[in-house]
Amino acid sequence: MTLTSKILLVLATIALAACNNPRAGGGTFGGGGADGMGGGFNDGSIQAGNLGDPNDPNSIAHFQQRIGDRVFFTTDSTSLSDEGRSVLNGQARWLTANPQYAIVIEGHADERGTREYNVSLGERRANTVMQYLVAQGISANRMRTVSYGKERPVEACAAQRCWDINRRAVTVVSGGRTS
Amino acid sequence: MTRLFLFLPILLLATLGMLAPAQSQPLRLQITEGVIEPMPFAMPAFVPENSAGSQYSDALARVVAANLTNTGLFREVPRDAHIARLSSFDASVTFSDWRAINVQALITGAVEVSGNRMSVKFRLFDVLSGQQMGQGMQFAGSTDSWRRMAHKVSDAVYSRITGETGYFDSRVVFISETGPRDNRTKRVAIMDQDGENVQMLTDGRALVIAPRVAPAGDRAVFTTYETGSPRIALMNLQSGQRQLVGDIPGAMTFSPRFSPDGRSLVFSAARGGNTDLYRLEVGSGQMSQLTSSPSIATSPSFSPDGRFITFESDRSGTSQIYVMPSTGGEARRISFGQGRYSTPVWSPRGDLIAFTKSNAGRFHIGVMRTDGSEERLLTASFLDEGPTWAPNGRVVMFTRESQGGDPALFSVDISGRNLRRVPTPGPASDPAWGPLLP
Repeated sequence: MTLTSKILLVLATIALAACNNPRAGGGTFGGGGADGMGGGFNDGSIQAGNLGDPNDPNSIAHFQQRIGDRVFFTTDSTSLSDEGRSVLNGQARWLTANPQYAIVIEGHADERGTREYNVSLGERRANTVMQYLVAQGISANRMRTVSYGKERPVEACAAQRCWDINRRAVTVVSGGRTS
Repeated sequence: MTRLFLFLPILLLATLGMLAPAQSQPLRLQITEGVIEPMPFAMPAFVPENSAGSQYSDALARVVAANLTNTGLFREVPRDAHIARLSSFDASVTFSDWRAINVQALITGAVEVSGNRMSVKFRLFDVLSGQQMGQGMQFAGSTDSWRRMAHKVSDAVYSRITGETGYFDSRVVFISETGPRDNRTKRVAIMDQDGENVQMLTDGRALVIAPRVAPAGDRAVFTTYETGSPRIALMNLQSGQRQLVGDIPGAMTFSPRFSPDGRSLVFSAARGGNTDLYRLEVGSGQMSQLTSSPSIATSPSFSPDGRFITFESDRSGTSQIYVMPSTGGEARRISFGQGRYSTPVWSPRGDLIAFTKSNAGRFHIGVMRTDGSEERLLTASFLDEGPTWAPNGRVVMFTRESQGGDPALFSVDISGRNLRRVPTPGPASDPAWGPLLP
């Protein structure tokens, strides 16, 4: 992410908070997850949806910004940290309270590995999250996993700071109801 | 889509006279040995045999000279140093003029154009012995494929001097990258081995990675996200038509590679946190599972005789290289050095496996014998990955990404010499070198 877009994101966040209108962001402002949503939707498609007010515990904005839509991993690892489990517990509670939503779990790797191995590693990370949510009582029918390997970094700075935030699994709430 | 591999009827028109069997010490480079000094050669402009041919006389010579120079085995003696001037292709060579400027290999050429057809001739001379090396050759084809004719001349010269098959008349499929690094647009593209004639094969709407070329050069496979999840696309390079193949419900499928006969694909399928290898018979759609280990198995590559598959797996805890029968069965680990080993690719000669190695924060391209012995690292950088073999098994091309920089294609000899950047119009990755064209 460029500095300009970072500033814009901060400004947008301030503007959103200031006007206190949850609809101001519409479907284009991805809440706290805007920087990580590159892989959340198919390339080229546009999904419109109301993210709602982050203060509303049943809103997608709340899921993304207050609960947290992602967990992080250490190098070449697929183990969940205590912090990660805590985020996923929150996700599971939200999903239980909002059974109309389905989710896609995206697995990602940092750039310090070969391309295809990283697809496998991302799949493993996504699967780890899915199995954890299943263990919390969320039906596997509501979940789909996809691995982007190292193809969709949150930020590409070729330094540890970026690799740490790129090794992640992101839970993307899809607007549609489960079948 | 236009035809990608231009049909080029090449006429090998017997001898062009001046047949002089090589005697005494033939001009010869042993490229397996340490070549200290590149062989000096002269490549004067091709003699135009009619006025229409003159527009190609310089360009053909430039392509041949660049090909030879880029191998690192040859050094061009520049034209402005030349004493002799070629008045006609059949005039006798004044060897003393070439010896005086220390030329060892002299290439003479001629070109004739009529309409959109052209014919190109060349001869190779060993200046020190004053002999012609082999017979003169003539190539004929469309003017559209003039570069290919220069590549054919280069391959013949390279082959006569080194005793190895050439690799200049070949193409490379790769991924062309545009856009910001955190939201790249990637397209499958194809180009000549020297970076010319780049064409895009996909439109960039779907993320695509890691293409591979069929042994006959007629098709490519790659991984596409067009359905929202990794799938394998098989593309006909002549028609541009493609289809998704090897679908396994509930699995992400990726990392495809052709068998040597082009009839099968081996690929990875990931589901439930586990990645296994599968084999698909392309014609019948019949599929078989080759590995069933609770670990990652990916980046498979057939041996050229089709009997074995090498692949990487983390079944031991970290990524290492394994070899197993190509129908599945027990896999034998062959990499035991420090660090992680990935992306093994069997040489077309069958003698070596090229790989990516990461160790102590650095990435390397290396080669080892197929039993894992005699490991040799050819490169070291912030990120080198994904080697692909030149058709003659003497050079590998790979992706290099400098820290904070864009990825680019590089090539290096298996001796570790002659590291070169392969020119591409923009950032590029995942090269897949196709066969020597017929």
